[in-house]
Amino acid sequence: MGKRVAIVGFGQTYQRSSRKDVNGVELINEAVVTALADAELTIRDIDAIVIGNMDHFEGINYVDMWSAEGSGAVMKPVIKVCTGGTTGTTVAMCAYYHVASGMFDRVLAIGWEKNSESDTTGAIITAFHPVWERPTLGGAVAGLAIEASKYMHNYGATERDGARVAVRERLHALNNPYAHLHQEWMKGIPPEKLVDLIVGSEQNAMLAYPLRMSDMCPRTDGAAAVIFAAEGKAEKIAPVPAWVHATANRHNFVYAGDVDMDRNTTIAEASKAVFKKAGVKEPLKEIDVCELYLPYSYAGLKWIEDIGFCAYGEGPRLLWDGVTDMDGELPINPSGGVMSSNAIGATALIRVGEAALQVMGRAGARQVKGGDVNLAFATGFGGCYWGDIMLLGKKKPA
Amino acid sequence: MSKIAIVGVGQTACTRSKIDTFEEMVFEAASRALADAGAEVGDIDNVVTVSNDFWDGRTISSMAVQEAAGSWGKDVSTVEGDGTFGALYGMMRILSGSFDTTLVVSHMKGSESIMNLITNAMFDPIYQRGLGIDATSAAALQARSYMTMSGATEEDFARVSVKNHGNAKSNPYAQLPMKITVGDVMASRKIAEPLKLLDCSPIGDGAAAMVLSNKKGLKRFKKDPVWIKGVAHCSDAFTLGYRDLAKSRALKEAAKKAYKMAGIKNPLKDLDVAEVYDAYSYMELMWYEGLGFAPEGKGYELIRENATGMKGELPVNPSGGVISSHPVFVAGMLRLIEATLQVRGEAGKRQVKGAKTALAHGINGPCGQAHCVYVVGA
Amino acid sequence: MTDWKDKVENMVYTGRIKVPYLWNVGKTGSRFLVAIRDKKEIWGTRCPGCKRVYVPPVKSCGECFVPTEEWVKVSDKGVLESFTVVHYSHEMQPRKAPLAYGLIKLDGADGAILHLIDDTDFAKLKTGMKVKAVFAEQREGTIADIKHFTPA
Repeated sequence: MGKRVAIVGFGQTYQRSSRKDVNGVELINEAVVTALADAELTIRDIDAIVIGNMDHFEGINYVDMWSAEGSGAVMKPVIKVCTGGTTGTTVAMCAYYHVASGMFDRVLAIGWEKNSESDTTGAIITAFHPVWERPTLGGAVAGLAIEASKYMHNYGATERDGARVAVRERLHALNNPYAHLHQEWMKGIPPEKLVDLIVGSEQNAMLAYPLRMSDMCPRTDGAAAVIFAAEGKAEKIAPVPAWVHATANRHNFVYAGDVDMDRNTTIAEASKAVFKKAGVKEPLKEIDVCELYLPYSYAGLKWIEDIGFCAYGEGPRLLWDGVTDMDGELPINPSGGVMSSNAIGATALIRVGEAALQVMGRAGARQVKGGDVNLAFATGFGGCYWGDIMLLGKKKPA
Repeated sequence: MSKIAIVGVGQTACTRSKIDTFEEMVFEAASRALADAGAEVGDIDNVVTVSNDFWDGRTISSMAVQEAAGSWGKDVSTVEGDGTFGALYGMMRILSGSFDTTLVVSHMKGSESIMNLITNAMFDPIYQRGLGIDATSAAALQARSYMTMSGATEEDFARVSVKNHGNAKSNPYAQLPMKITVGDVMASRKIAEPLKLLDCSPIGDGAAAMVLSNKKGLKRFKKDPVWIKGVAHCSDAFTLGYRDLAKSRALKEAAKKAYKMAGIKNPLKDLDVAEVYDAYSYMELMWYEGLGFAPEGKGYELIRENATGMKGELPVNPSGGVISSHPVFVAGMLRLIEATLQVRGEAGKRQVKGAKTALAHGINGPCGQAHCVYVVGA
Repeated sequence: MTDWKDKVENMVYTGRIKVPYLWNVGKTGSRFLVAIRDKKEIWGTRCPGCKRVYVPPVKSCGECFVPTEEWVKVSDKGVLESFTVVHYSHEMQPRKAPLAYGLIKLDGADGAILHLIDDTDFAKLKTGMKVKAVFAEQREGTIADIKHFTPA
């Protein structure tokens, strides 16, 4: 049996549309220095580093090597992992396995992105098969639009349901100083009214039916770093370490045509594996808060069904009942989520870091349940059907 | 340490250019590793694939090989780096207690892109790329720094090329088995001085896979385990001008840790065979020093005395090394596979008699910025 | 069984990934490039820990992991620590082969800067020789504003 592992520190840069004042290595350094300060550690306390990026998103090959001076990897073990949109959670999981293996006591996980420096859709198209798919299919919006319209067809969901998710994310982001989008005009307006305004707005351009501008995530520059530590060390570093109770991933994508567009099977199977490991029987009741990688609004309806928070088709009801709002039974994305900040390579790691903050009771204005969070659930998701799950908890796992 | 065993290994032949797709190559290597282990894909708990988006011309390059690696429905991750780093992550995942067995697979089709452009992209976009620097021209700068520091000559580099290309003649998987002389190397076309054509490895196509297991998982497999006795990795700084290019402090650090885990005190004596990442001839001499086979600046003595030849004190690269076959990202895993075969006594005509303890070495980044060192034994 | 494989015509699909990138140099690097562009001066940053002077400048020292905020003007002359003459061509190279690269330790800096060596007989290059920067006539704020180095 491996070692128990906890998150003991988290640092993120302010997520912004463009960071012209720093280059990539300097941006990475900013997040690392912030995370070290958060855990009151120095780089000398770090035994190994894990970093990732999507090469064609930043035009950077061998990021682990290139960033060594900024990441703190000089004369340290460093490894690069990359799984697309889920790179952040993949990095987190890799850091977890580093520590759980017993080989390293304190490991730094780093994710970053400078979306302002490249053509994101151009880069996403390169994720598809060069011979069979790139000429005819690819990019993020179209695939998600198909998923959304299928969901609407299967369960009778409407554009208003999608907008309700967007409203939740943007309202939550107002509590998070690190979030990229702060739509101050929304303040004080009830969610239902906001939904009407969004759905009825002529300025809210249709991108690919049913997805409008308001349904999508922004493009963001930002970086994040999370520090994982082994039992015996973690308790000394953090007053309340966020223990990793379970983690799992699934990835079943080779050709787009094979993907089940009706259900998100990878998120579903990875969630099932995590709940089994952690002994979670009733996810909605037992989990206190979620940080989900929801890159667009309708994911906030459908994927929560796949995770098992409610039955198929019941996602919209949870949203309208306020169950997933800040004061609901299961607050989702108190940070404002991906729809409020999407520095892609950092995004999934921020989900893990934010979930850890909730467990530690240190999430400030976005803290839920007065800090009384026992279990927090974080996901990563790539448009190429890569589903990562990490379940964090206040109690040290058995 | 004897917690993780290598129970199956598989490799495709390395060639200049394969018609097979990534999927087909990965399937071949993975199937061979499973067959070698006497196992089926159902015996594998989780998968680590190794690939690189720039080389593959695909973002999330690992996606193409999911089915071929048998990872459908399984936990899977992807390392972008040399295969030795992928195997290390595969090993950590078992040690964590989450899995008993891991399949690690790595692929490369160097033939489908242009090495100089891909490796140019590993340099800093603001200060270095525009100068046109690439892996080979950077290596040439390192080779000269090393010559200045050590007094090693171009003939010494040539001796490495002669030895390894000759060894490759006994390796059916090698791309460039050749009987050549020091004169041939010296007379070969200038590439980036002081490096000549026969000082440089051929970037090619190939795939490799291995099955790792803990003690509990062993009963699923028929093959006798080869244990990972020690392993460590370490990176130097990135910027060439701010590293001491002639010395490899990162390799020294990684070797020190791996030797400590494995109980190796005198590597030259305690090891029976070593497989090192000689992407360019001079590197092998530098790595002798980093790995503690020779004092700093004295690596050339070993090659002059033929101490690292097949009949020498410590045969290095009986497989023919990277200089004879260089599928990037796969090449380090091939070193680990060869070390495994040597310890098993299954290395055929290139078998080092009675090999019990073997070293395998992989590198990452320009001029061997990062290193991963394994010691394996029966 | 394999008959058809021997006879089949192998198809090749030629791709070319074109994703436009720009890379922000950052304030630290920008100050360095602007000084070269406007004044033909080369500046580095000094680490308060190990006292190394980095050229090109860094915002933090990779060895000591502390911010480096002190600016130091270094010479445009230095020592050739290593060099290579490259005999092949590819499209990222700014000049046709043969071309030469050097690692140049500028007087006043602690590490070496990578650059082109030119305007000389390559056969006469030697490690340890003195070289100096040749600035481009038209300077645009990139590393190419130093055209190359040449024996001093």
